[in-house]
Amino acid sequence: MVPIHYYLILSAVMFITGVVGVLTRRNAIIIFMCIELMLNSVNLTFVAFSAYLGNETGQMFVFFIMAVAAAEAAVGLAIVIALFRNRQTVNINDVNILRW
Amino acid sequence: MSSELIVFLILAAVGVLSGILMITRPNPVNSALFLILNFMALAGLYITLHAQFVAIIQILVYAGAIMVLVLFVIMLLNLEDEEPLREQMSKRHYGSLLVALLALVLIVQVIGWNSGGTLETMREQSPHALRIGTVEHIGSVLFTEHVYPFELTSILLLAAIVGAIVMAKKRFP
Repeated sequence: MVPIHYYLILSAVMFITGVVGVLTRRNAIIIFMCIELMLNSVNLTFVAFSAYLGNETGQMFVFFIMAVAAAEAAVGLAIVIALFRNRQTVNINDVNILRW
Repeated sequence: MSSELIVFLILAAVGVLSGILMITRPNPVNSALFLILNFMALAGLYITLHAQFVAIIQILVYAGAIMVLVLFVIMLLNLEDEEPLREQMSKRHYGSLLVALLALVLIVQVIGWNSGGTLETMREQSPHALRIGTVEHIGSVLFTEHVYPFELTSILLLAAIVGAIVMAKKRFP
């Protein structure tokens, strides 16, 4: 038997991997993929609790998170394309108008 | 070790390793391929949790649709490699790594601190788990209890479609 702790700790490790990627990488598309990784690790937590509690609401949440992630992917990649068209770069160090 | 634990450990190792490889490869295409491997491992983990519907959707929507879109954009923009991570590591990067590690320790401590509490009762999956992951059950719950959020999702997707077209099209003169 696999206790739920294993799934929760795996999810935490994958989430932190995504956080490290967002903080260290400079390529906008890779940052974007790291956000997908973080969303997925949260999905794993939802499904694990859903299975261990015998309640389907967690899987409903996963369904809606996937819809939000698909919307985010479409809009985010459109922003990346618009950015590349205007500045010829996707390095976020070169795109700092909104940065303090 | 039970066979379930072995399957879990293999899938978990694939998931963590592909995640780490994803954030360390300089080439964006390699990163995207490792992310797809990570999604495959997650789909396997969903199967071990008896969530068949979520596992199939994970492959179809994430590994299929979203990652194809990401790969398409990477190849469209024809990006070259980033400079290797080692050369661009600055004090700020080490700081962010430290913060991330502290956050990981915090999460693991919270999970361990609960031992003896509610989590301790979740040693094995609920007997209902086999029933609730099926397409039939998910569909019936989705279209009865959660039908309003489902309909609102269609508005969200419409807004995303319009937003993506407005963002990516050429400016009017």
